[in-house]
Amino acid sequence: MTLDTVSWPASYGDEAKPRKGFFTDTSICIGCKACEVACKEWNQIPMSIKGFSGKSYDNTLALGANTWRHVAFVEQRVPAGVDDGASLVEAAARADVIDAGVHTYQEGDGLRWLMASDVCKHCTDAACLEVCPTGALFRTEFGTVVVQEDICNGCGYCIPACPFGVLEQRKDDGRVWKCTLCYDRLKEDQQPACAQACPTDSIQFGELDELRHRAEGRLKRLQDAGQAEARLYLADDDDGIHGAGAFFLLLDEPEVYGLPPDPVDTRHELGSIWSAAGAAALALGAGLIAAVFGGRR
Amino acid sequence: MGSNMAEQHPVGFQWVMEAHERGAKYIHVDPRFTRTSAMADRHVPIRAGTDIAFLGGVINYIFEHDAWFREYVQHYTNGPVIVREDYVDAEDAAGMFSGWDPEHGAYQIESWGYDETSHEAAGGKKEQQGDVSGEQAQGAHGMKLERGNPPNIDNSMQHPRCVLQILKRHFARYTPQVVSEICGCSERDFLAVARALCENSGRERTSAIVYSVGWTQHTVGVQNIRAASIVQMLLGNMGRPGGGILALRGHANIQGSTDIPTLYNILPGYIPMPHPTSGPDLDKFIELNGPDTGAWGNLKNYMVSLLKAWWGDAATDENNYGYDYLPRIDGDHSHYPMMVKMLDGGVQGMFCVGQNPTVGSANSKLMRLALAKLDWLVVRDFQPTESALFWKDSPEHESGETRAEDIQTEVFFLPCAAHTEKDGNFTNTQRLLQWHWKALDPPGDARSELHWIYHLGKAVRDKLADSEDPRDRPILDLTWDYPVEGPHQEPNAEAVLQEINGRGPDGKMLSTYEELKDDGSTACGSWIHCGIYKDGVNQSARKKPGQDQNWIAHEWGWAWPKDVRILYNRASADPDGKPWSERKRYVWWDGADDKWTSLGDSPDFPAQKEPSFEPEEDAKAMEAISGDKPFILHPDGRAWLFAPSGLVDGPLPTHYEPQETPFQNALYPQQQNPTRQEFPRPENPYHPVGSPVFPYVLSTWRLTEHHTSGAMSRTVPYLAELQPEFFCEVSPALAAERGLEHGGWATIVTARSAVEARVLVTDRIKPLQIEGRPTYRVGMPYHWGGVGIVTGDSANDLLPLVLDNNVHISEYKVATCDIRPGRRPRGPARLKLVEEYRQRAGVRVS
Amino acid sequence: MSRRSATLKPRTATADRVVQSVCPYCAVGCGQKVYVKDEKVVQIEGDPDSPISRGRLCPKGAASEALVNQPGRMKEVLYRRPGSANWERISLEQATDMIAERMIRTRAQTWEEQGEDGKALKRTLGIHFLGGATLDSEENYLIKKFFCAAGALSIENQARI
Repeated sequence: MTLDTVSWPASYGDEAKPRKGFFTDTSICIGCKACEVACKEWNQIPMSIKGFSGKSYDNTLALGANTWRHVAFVEQRVPAGVDDGASLVEAAARADVIDAGVHTYQEGDGLRWLMASDVCKHCTDAACLEVCPTGALFRTEFGTVVVQEDICNGCGYCIPACPFGVLEQRKDDGRVWKCTLCYDRLKEDQQPACAQACPTDSIQFGELDELRHRAEGRLKRLQDAGQAEARLYLADDDDGIHGAGAFFLLLDEPEVYGLPPDPVDTRHELGSIWSAAGAAALALGAGLIAAVFGGRR
Repeated sequence: MGSNMAEQHPVGFQWVMEAHERGAKYIHVDPRFTRTSAMADRHVPIRAGTDIAFLGGVINYIFEHDAWFREYVQHYTNGPVIVREDYVDAEDAAGMFSGWDPEHGAYQIESWGYDETSHEAAGGKKEQQGDVSGEQAQGAHGMKLERGNPPNIDNSMQHPRCVLQILKRHFARYTPQVVSEICGCSERDFLAVARALCENSGRERTSAIVYSVGWTQHTVGVQNIRAASIVQMLLGNMGRPGGGILALRGHANIQGSTDIPTLYNILPGYIPMPHPTSGPDLDKFIELNGPDTGAWGNLKNYMVSLLKAWWGDAATDENNYGYDYLPRIDGDHSHYPMMVKMLDGGVQGMFCVGQNPTVGSANSKLMRLALAKLDWLVVRDFQPTESALFWKDSPEHESGETRAEDIQTEVFFLPCAAHTEKDGNFTNTQRLLQWHWKALDPPGDARSELHWIYHLGKAVRDKLADSEDPRDRPILDLTWDYPVEGPHQEPNAEAVLQEINGRGPDGKMLSTYEELKDDGSTACGSWIHCGIYKDGVNQSARKKPGQDQNWIAHEWGWAWPKDVRILYNRASADPDGKPWSERKRYVWWDGADDKWTSLGDSPDFPAQKEPSFEPEEDAKAMEAISGDKPFILHPDGRAWLFAPSGLVDGPLPTHYEPQETPFQNALYPQQQNPTRQEFPRPENPYHPVGSPVFPYVLSTWRLTEHHTSGAMSRTVPYLAELQPEFFCEVSPALAAERGLEHGGWATIVTARSAVEARVLVTDRIKPLQIEGRPTYRVGMPYHWGGVGIVTGDSANDLLPLVLDNNVHISEYKVATCDIRPGRRPRGPARLKLVEEYRQRAGVRVS
Repeated sequence: MSRRSATLKPRTATADRVVQSVCPYCAVGCGQKVYVKDEKVVQIEGDPDSPISRGRLCPKGAASEALVNQPGRMKEVLYRRPGSANWERISLEQATDMIAERMIRTRAQTWEEQGEDGKALKRTLGIHFLGGATLDSEENYLIKKFFCAAGALSIENQARI
């Protein structure tokens, strides 16, 4: 099966805009969660209280139907591995940890607190979009991937297709919701709500080429300053999704932040789902087609 | 230090991040590893309540390494001034300064004065007793000096009684080793901070110290800040770009609420409230409260203009401009003593206007019990808060201590307008007044506070209109006629701002406080705000985009006084008026035009006073300030390394332990601040020092995701879900010692109350090694209460009332406690648990 | 592309008016733009013109729309009688009148004309006021002015807390 992912910019012709995206520089994220709130405010997302998680200061836990920006908090012991994977309390109960330099502050902080704001990646090869049988998921003139709420019928095929677990159905209405990269705001040349709010410019919005250029410079500065573990994530056109519209500068392995290290376009692996999606597409009702006057261009 | 800027001021923190990206070094000295620490070059943890020991160590380091800025200190501070012979330092008297009066439990501060100043003048003339706020207790704004000059000065700063030498001796024992022992940080970390500060200060460079309101929440709150000021004065970091002490305030208009106060002890512009001592005589009040020299030398101009603004035509020369209409203070009538008085039945009515003391004030249980003694209570907020509902739903109802039917308090709840529903000014943390415009009318019965107070005032005036009682004259004579508009008869906020700005004899808006007169020809509601309506324009509403201005952005908003953005900025030039360095140029003397000029700020100095200016004989007020003395609010124009007046607890900061602490004072026999205000009574017992029953250090704090008592965040869906439950932070070691389960529940107990919280075990709150043993700490955000989308126990229930007597702020940042696994007992069993702890610890309850 | 997608416009573009404001939470003083449509606040976001905040907001500032439109926002006056277990509704005018009467009564009952030494006090300590620090300076000014004139001395503020 050939991948027909690059409907942008070709299918938009003159109306195509330069590809827009996010560069999330986690090295300057202060974990304030302004992005989460600004996103929910703008997109009028329902409140969803999950309770106290115990996962550092993260109580929204993951991207989903009601959280389109999510800030991860990772408390790490430095150097890593001093406690052999024991729980904090177990390790503390063992006297030997005192000598390992993490017991009291006198031996230095012995910890690092990583914060990172995650979001839909707006993949170059976006399996969600390709498996969507209704045309609800489409690629906009900005090269972003959007679920159209007036088309989505909640079939859910896109959910397992996403290599990042971004997509989720909203329980009370059944439809799938995710980051639109504030498609409505982009149409008026406004930046997405999260990027606008971000106090430290950890979330930068702009033309993808320019963002990548900026990110490379930033990475070099950090590496020159001794941050050997710093890396760009999803900024490479040769990766399993041919790069993403939302990419990141991380200070550690992606797994540390709960991100897949080598995401791939799931259609390579999920043939059965793709077939099922094709079948569903054939079964589309006329009413739905009427709503899609432009189709997935 | 003492600030969690990244969490509490995230948007202001962008400037720290930007400076950091440009190469600035950024160090966080704080008990906790917070989101602020995570971004810092270095985090130095210290035990809560030991900031003075740490900064005292920095001061000692500055002297040991001869790193102080000699020219700055000599000309701009009182370092060369010789102090009276009878002054005895805390170093020589077991931690007490001279002048202690055990009978009154207060200092007589004359001996702290400048050499050869008389008893009356040494510390400023005393109008008030030691139980009033610091700045008033000992002379409002400084002492009497001829021509603004201290009598005896040694410019070589070698005289053993000059301030610099006293300072050196006072902090000589604050060595790196002592700092490490008291604070629990490593000597290496301490030295790194001291070195960084010194290396980054001087002609070419400046360092800033940022603190937040938490620093004030100690029994040594004011002296914490004094200690930081001494560091900054010695290093020449005041009045210069990139320098200063930056107080990050926690609320939109908390700065404005002190400038134009709703505080019992001051009038607008920091004019003291009168005391009975001065009687009905305005001139006596001026004599007792205003030094003759410096900007306060014109106190009478400010005071008469204020009285004219309030009482208009009824304020005449014959009646002292209505001075006698003002009520008198003769003690501490601040919030906490009033709540205690209320508990004893001495207060009938209370207004809580956008404030929620049953969650936000220390010992919130005492607050609730006190409210139940009121005849009437008025609460204004977005929705009924815990304070509005104390009669209906409270922990005391649950424990069976109180019942709605027994509470005889009448309660009124009035819905308030939001910031989007009214015009007005917020003063941000840098004294910048920024006008916000009304976007729409408030809904239903919701009204602005301006509407509320104006119409309440009118109703009271109407009811008293026929009164012959002289005590009603001040109400009836008040200027109380503002234009109203719209469907709700909303008073025009700009008309109020115009009154604050002040008018001249011709009715025109005044431009600067220097135009104010003491003859009744000018009226001005707040002298420091004079000029905010200059040229008939609301200057605070200026919103020229930042991108169209230089970094000072002088055409955005308006800062008091005189639109000065960096206070005392004359200190950014050397005594001759030249910039200390090209790199740090800000305000300088322009010899060609004979005036002070700047990069774009207003000079905080008389515009045409030459650097070489020397006052005439008998010069008064600003005329008595030399051309090389930038600190114009002091009678000598100098910054005070040593405070000869204005404080109740000593001219120099000194390390005292908090009220509740596991440790003895390592430096002095005097354990705690001797002037702290205690309220020992059954509802407010204190733990013994070093009590093994309460072995852990307790701190309360705030989170980015919430706001104070939660009334503006636990009611907001998107904030409620970010931090949905009350939790405590403990170290893995404490969890292991006490059997606390991560994610489970813990009960935290003090002699005041017991609360339950979810447990977050984290390395961010590691133990500190002090006196050879680990000190475990329990930290809790205090945002929860019984009302809102998310609810929980209130951390402030645990805290005692114990105040810094300079300012009457309670010690929220440090107390002691116990912690145990599991949820707290329900019903009366909760009281029983607390009682059992009290007995075991031998807590005195009366 | 659906019809909705094709015609989508942000609320910021369809608002009836935009008003410059200042964030009501902490003291940084971030600029806000308040978008109003059909006499309802539909969006509050950072004001890029502000040299203080450059258009940025923290989570609290970003939640300001939800603050002013909060689900439990009370729009009516409530009154609780002594000993009662419930609120009742009264009009704003009635509440103002009742509060004015109580102020006058308490003031009369707790008035201190002079101290034991015969010196004038001219005050009442029977009333305590505690204001939050989200009140405007103009509001504080009128509150201080009126309460001072009434001799109600203990006017306090969050700044003390």
